Amino acid sequence: MKIRVRFAKLGKIRWSSHRDVARMWERAFRREQLPLAYSEGFSPRPKVSFGLALPTGHESLAEYLDIELDATLDLELGAGAEQLDLEALPARLSAALPLGVDVLAVAPLEARAPSLQEDVTSCTWRLAAIAADGHAAVGEEEMAARVAALLAAPSAMVARSRKGVEVVDDVRPGIIDLRVLGATEAGVGEGVWLEAELGTRPRGVRPSELLGALGPDLAEAHVRRLHQWISRDGARWEPLGLGGTTAATDAPHALERAS
Amino acid sequence: MTSVWSQIEPILGRVSKPARYIGCEDGAQAPVHSPAKAAWLLLYPDAYEVGLPNQGLQILYEILNERDDALAERAYAPWVDMEHEMRGRAIPLFSVDTHTPARDFDLLAFNLSAELVYTNLLNCVDLAGVPVRAADRGPEHPLVVAGGHCTFNPEPLADFVDLFVIGDGEEPVGPISEAVRAWKAGGRTPGSRQRLLRDLASQPGVYVPSMYDVAYDGQRLVSVTPKYPDVPEKVEKQTIADLGAWPYPRRQLVPMTEVVHDRLNVEIFRGCTRGCRFCQAGMITRPVRERPAEQVRQMVSDGLARTGYDEVSLTSLSSADFSGIDSVVSGIINDPTCAGQVGVSLPSLRVDAFTVGIASEIQKVRRTGLTFAPEGGTWRMRQVINKLIREEDLYGAVDSAFSQGWRRVKLYFLTGLPTETDEDTLGIAELARNCVSVGRRHNKAVSVTASVGGFVPKPQTPFQWFGQDTPAELMRKVNLLRDATRKDRGVQMRWHDPKASLAEGIASRGDRRVGAVIEEVWRRGGTFQEWSEHFDVNLWTEAMAAHGLSIDWYVHRHRTEDELLPWAHISAGLHDDFLWQEWLDALAAAGTPDCRWTPCYDCGACTGYGIEHVVASPVPPAGGSQGTGQDLGSGGVRPPALLGAVPVTLGRRNERAQ
Repeated sequence: MKIRVRFAKLGKIRWSSHRDVARMWERAFRREQLPLAYSEGFSPRPKVSFGLALPTGHESLAEYLDIELDATLDLELGAGAEQLDLEALPARLSAALPLGVDVLAVAPLEARAPSLQEDVTSCTWRLAAIAADGHAAVGEEEMAARVAALLAAPSAMVARSRKGVEVVDDVRPGIIDLRVLGATEAGVGEGVWLEAELGTRPRGVRPSELLGALGPDLAEAHVRRLHQWISRDGARWEPLGLGGTTAATDAPHALERAS
Repeated sequence: MTSVWSQIEPILGRVSKPARYIGCEDGAQAPVHSPAKAAWLLLYPDAYEVGLPNQGLQILYEILNERDDALAERAYAPWVDMEHEMRGRAIPLFSVDTHTPARDFDLLAFNLSAELVYTNLLNCVDLAGVPVRAADRGPEHPLVVAGGHCTFNPEPLADFVDLFVIGDGEEPVGPISEAVRAWKAGGRTPGSRQRLLRDLASQPGVYVPSMYDVAYDGQRLVSVTPKYPDVPEKVEKQTIADLGAWPYPRRQLVPMTEVVHDRLNVEIFRGCTRGCRFCQAGMITRPVRERPAEQVRQMVSDGLARTGYDEVSLTSLSSADFSGIDSVVSGIINDPTCAGQVGVSLPSLRVDAFTVGIASEIQKVRRTGLTFAPEGGTWRMRQVINKLIREEDLYGAVDSAFSQGWRRVKLYFLTGLPTETDEDTLGIAELARNCVSVGRRHNKAVSVTASVGGFVPKPQTPFQWFGQDTPAELMRKVNLLRDATRKDRGVQMRWHDPKASLAEGIASRGDRRVGAVIEEVWRRGGTFQEWSEHFDVNLWTEAMAAHGLSIDWYVHRHRTEDELLPWAHISAGLHDDFLWQEWLDALAAAGTPDCRWTPCYDCGACTGYGIEHVVASPVPPAGGSQGTGQDLGSGGVRPPALLGAVPVTLGRRNERAQ
């Protein structure tokens, strides 16, 4: 039996890495004695698969992982997979996870469901574009003009590093949507809030690379992933909606208040 | 108290491993500061991933936070990139718990586990905005405190540390908290700092270096004298009599990022009386105090359930020596709540087949490598250092390991030991080679790694009088071994940088004059000297020269019996004549048995303090090597099988040992 979990990563804990988060989950599963299925072989590992890595330092309201439960296992102390109360699971797991990592929804998954890595096509990000070191901040109007110009341009060449190698790529095809939300408030750094939908393949565009396309005088701050999207049958789907559904939906803004 | 988190946050995206600075560990506390509480900042002066698991620091963290008159937070040395950002923006050193500036605490208490971190201590004090020299501090500054094994020679840091706590810290932190709380309540008036330090100087286990006058005659130290009648001439270490009364840590910290020893750690006993003469830890932590087996089991099962770890390490200086270790281990492994998925690790395996038997039980799944520490290459050498491992014990252990599926064995050795000849050094290569031969009978692909460290004589040990080998001599010995093993497939040689041993030698047996050298190394940027990418021996040799100090005199010279040693006023309870006799016995290659199971030879650690061993078993462990319950006459006999091609009797010897 497979289940998909949606969780948030907010606050100080965002400075932990993707690998760190994987270890937190392994400990949480053991604390809660979830009947996980284990891989065969020399060094058995629990069957857990994470979706897209979240860059260290970024927050998220839409992280996902898929776990496989051992249907045959019926631990003396933990409930077997068949009796597992899925409705109680988010609260149980949140309590076993560090402050700032909260489980938002859990739902069973079809056994043959594609993996998150294969399925997700884009992400929606909110980020502050503030002044890079030695530059003046860019105001709302100026930013609106730059955004319009970028969206109108047929291509946007940005130097970026991939596995330590500097390459110059056209990121424009990966910029699906981009808009200015307004000026940043005090404490964030002088600049502008942006919301962007960025593609994840063939080569995903990162928020920092989006800023690279908007000008060399910008630096990112307070980056938060709001959604991950699956495009299927001409509609956008969330891998797992907040209500534990995978129904097509476009903008569950209610989610943003979760912070 | 104001948190500096808002200043730290914008720089975290620029530094490596930012999770080092966020705190957030499971078990972390956020104590509320108040004028009625002495505020301790417990510092480990090395990188977070090295310092976080330190058990001593975690024990004091809990004990202090349970008190009504104290609170404790933690800090670690910021990595060089973080320090650069902090200095660039005038961000002070901060606690990871509540991100409170270090200077807002009443005590900055350092754990000193290794000498090469001394420059990091100075750097942390400086980053806190506190003068690095104790003499320059006023009532507005926190007290700088240090504890840990290195403080058994506190003198190299005497100019920088206000007070040292010698020995087990569990009890002394109480009276210190009371005194500091009263100082704080009194408003830290001018002159009060000196009065507080003088009061503390008469507390058991507390050494306040500024309360002592030091006199030299040329190079020689002549005297260390208390300035006041109420200051003790000799500071005695503190020892908790019953480890069972201190079941800490109760809530071991679970870090959010990868650290060394990332597992549950349960201390099963403190102290060791095997009596290895090079081992400072074994000399200064006597006697042996076992934790009750039932408490061990409880701490393991509570700890695993709370943390979610799938591995527990049963820690001590020689864990296989714990009474009934086999039943404790099988109890953990067969615990139904662990569902067969919990790994147990025993640091520092004893060298014998019995121990390998336990290891095979606990490493049912992943049999990667086993590590043994024979330390010396010949039986004679091991008699000198009193690590009485017979050659047949080693081969029995290795045979047992390879026959049960292990492929790699690592052997730790020291070189540069007293009376060591080239024959002794080359004995290391021979032992490693023979271990490969033993292993090949079970598996063609076995490998044996011989890891060789340059010996640094330590204070409060029988080898404190010994002149350390020069880096050139250590390198010559390493090269002898490299040449000797070059053609041996299956034997790998690893060695520790002899230059780092030199710097460690300067810091470990130095006197107060070495303080200027440590300060200069720090001022010239020499932090993180434990890390090979930052270590620079030239900083140390140049600083010694700049201050007119002779490396030869401090490091390579043999001391005489009548010489006043810089740490003579610090007592680990050991009688001077015990240590000197052990030194003479070492030179005569005569062993001393483990007093846990044989009559007391009065080293002083029990009799001087009115305490005793706490050991559940009246007899040595089954198959216990290292001079217990064995005929030591055969220790140097090489099994004939290894001299020819005839198959061997090792299997039988192995059985007999069990």
